[in-house]
Amino acid sequence: MTGPNGHGATLAEKVLARASGLDHVVPGQIVEGAVDLAMMHEQGAQTVGPFHQMGAVKVWDPDRVVIAIDHWVPASTEGAAVLHRILRKFAAETGLPHFYDVGRHGICHQILAENGWVVPGDLAVGTDSHTNMLGAMGAVATGIGPTEMAAVLALGRLWLKVPPTIQIRVRGSFGKGVTAKDLILRVLGEVRTTGATYKAVEFSGPTIRGLSMPERFTLCNMTTEMGAKTGVVDPDEKTMDYLAKIAKHPMHPLTADADAQYERVVDIDVDGMPPMVACPYSPDNVRPLTEVVREHVKVDQVFLGSCTNARIEDLREGAALMKGRKVAPGVRFIVSPASTPIYDQCLHEGIIETFTDAGAVFTNSSCSACFGGNMGILAPDEVCASSSNRNFPGRMGAKEARIYLMSPAAVVATAIKGEIADPRELL
Amino acid sequence: MKDIIEGRVWTLGPDVDTDQIISGKYLTIIDPEELKKHVFEIALPEFAKNARTGDIIVADENFACGSSREHAPQAMRAIGVGAVVADSFARIFYRNAINLGIPTVEVRGVRALFHQGDTARIEMAAGRISNLTTPASLSFPPLPHHLLDLLEAGGLVEKVRRELEARAKPGGSA
Repeated sequence: MTGPNGHGATLAEKVLARASGLDHVVPGQIVEGAVDLAMMHEQGAQTVGPFHQMGAVKVWDPDRVVIAIDHWVPASTEGAAVLHRILRKFAAETGLPHFYDVGRHGICHQILAENGWVVPGDLAVGTDSHTNMLGAMGAVATGIGPTEMAAVLALGRLWLKVPPTIQIRVRGSFGKGVTAKDLILRVLGEVRTTGATYKAVEFSGPTIRGLSMPERFTLCNMTTEMGAKTGVVDPDEKTMDYLAKIAKHPMHPLTADADAQYERVVDIDVDGMPPMVACPYSPDNVRPLTEVVREHVKVDQVFLGSCTNARIEDLREGAALMKGRKVAPGVRFIVSPASTPIYDQCLHEGIIETFTDAGAVFTNSSCSACFGGNMGILAPDEVCASSSNRNFPGRMGAKEARIYLMSPAAVVATAIKGEIADPRELL
Repeated sequence: MKDIIEGRVWTLGPDVDTDQIISGKYLTIIDPEELKKHVFEIALPEFAKNARTGDIIVADENFACGSSREHAPQAMRAIGVGAVVADSFARIFYRNAINLGIPTVEVRGVRALFHQGDTARIEMAAGRISNLTTPASLSFPPLPHHLLDLLEAGGLVEKVRRELEARAKPGGSA
C-alpha cells in the first residue's frame, strides 16, 4: 500500500510508527517509542543505581517488565551472587512480579519467547544484545544498556532513530543436514559484521514462510552479529499458532507493504547450499563446511547451547545424531539447554541420557560456555566448535583460543569425529 | 561537555568488540574503579597502566561491536577517556557511551588521520576533528540536538532526573 511517502512501509517502520503514535515514520527520523516489554538479566543490576539517581521511585508498568537471570545460574561467583541479590531486592522493592529466578530460569530471550512476553507489533528492549531474536515475533526488539534501561523503567519509553531496512529474500529448500543456522551464517558472510549497523534486517520469501518459529529465532538472533538494531519476520499463521495460548498482552500484527522501500535487497537461494561455518575470529568469516572439513581441524571442546541454538528442536536433532555413538576421546562436549522447561523436556524424552551415555556433559540451563565468564572456558590455543553466535578473540576464554560457529547438527558430528565434521556423513 | 576537546590519541583497529574492551570474566564487577584496571586488556594491553585523563580513543570501523555490556564505556569513563572517535560504531555502545556523557563521534576516515600518541582536537559544535601533530583535519556532521542535549546534561541520568523533577512540581506536565 502506498503511504504518504509515495511508497509503503517496512515492518520495522510500521512497528516504530505504532510505538510512537505516528501515522508513518521515515528512516533517519528520531522518535520517542512507548515500550511494550522491558527485559533485564544480570546486567540489570547496573540499572538499579541510575534508576535511583534519576530520582525514580515507581516502575512505569511492572506487568511489562521481565527479569530473567541467565549468565551465572546458580551463582558461580560471589560477584554474580551480589548481582542476583541486587535484582531480587529491586524486584521486591518496586513490585516486579515477573522474575525468573533459579529453578524457573533460562536464557532471557528464550524465557521471553516461550512465555509469550513479546507479541506482534511490540517494541521490546532488553539489556542483552541478542534481544534482536524476539523480532521473529513480528516485533521490533533490540538491546540497550543498563543506564538506558533505568530511563525505560522510569518513563516507559526511549528515543530511537528509525532504521533503514535491509531485506533478505530467501527461496529454495534446505538440503539434508542444512539448517536455519547455516542460512544465517551464509547471510552473515554476505552482509558482514558491519553491513547492517543501525539498520533493521527483514527476512522474507517462501523459505522464511516455511520456517518454524524456533528457526526464525535463530535467524533474528544473529542479526546482532551484523550490527543490526533488530531482525524481523512478518507475523503469519505460525506466529499466531505459537503465541495462541501464551501471549501475555494483546497482539497488533503488522506486515511489510509490498511496495516498501528497502535500502538493500539480498537474494539468497538455499537450493544446493552446503552447511556453513564461521571461522576464527569473526562471525562473518564464513566458509562452506566441506572446505574446512578437508583441513582436519582438531577440536578440544564442543558446545551445543546458547540463545541461538539450544531449543528442544536443536537438542532433539543433536540427540538423534548422537544416539548410539560416542564423543571422541580427548573432546569435552558440553550441552546446555536454553531453559528449564527445555531441560525437563529433554529429561522426559531421554535426550539427557543419550548425551551423557555418549560421554557429553549435560548442564543446567544457562548461557553456559558461550561468553567465557562462567563455565566451559577455553585455554590459550584451544579449539572449540560451537552452536553459539560469536567467535571474536577472547569470547569463550583465552584470546588465542579459536572458535568455529556451526549448526547443532554440525557440532554433534564434530564431537563424534574429534575434528570439524560434516553432519551429512552421519545421516 | 566542553565544546573543544583536546587529548593524546590511542589508536585501535577495526572490529574491536566489547570482549576486547572488558572481557566476559569481569562482568560481575560493578565498581567502575575496579573495572578500569581491565579496560582494553585484550585490544590494548598497555592502556590501563599508561592512560591519562583526557586521552582520546581513535578507532577504525565497527568499534565496540558485540555485547550490550555498559561495563565497556563505564570503564573508559572511570579511567578518564575524554572522547571516543571512530570510523563507525556498533549501535549499543554508541548509545551507552552518550548515555554516560562521553563525547562519542563518528567520523569517516578518522582512523587514518592519526598515529598512536598524536594530539587530537575535536570541535563538537563546528563538527571538526584535527590532528595537531601532523597537522590534518576532517569534518563531520555535528551530533543531532537530541544527543547534544544529552551530553550537555552530562548524560541520561541527569536528563531524566530533571524531567522527573519538572513533572513532580505543581503545574508540571504529567
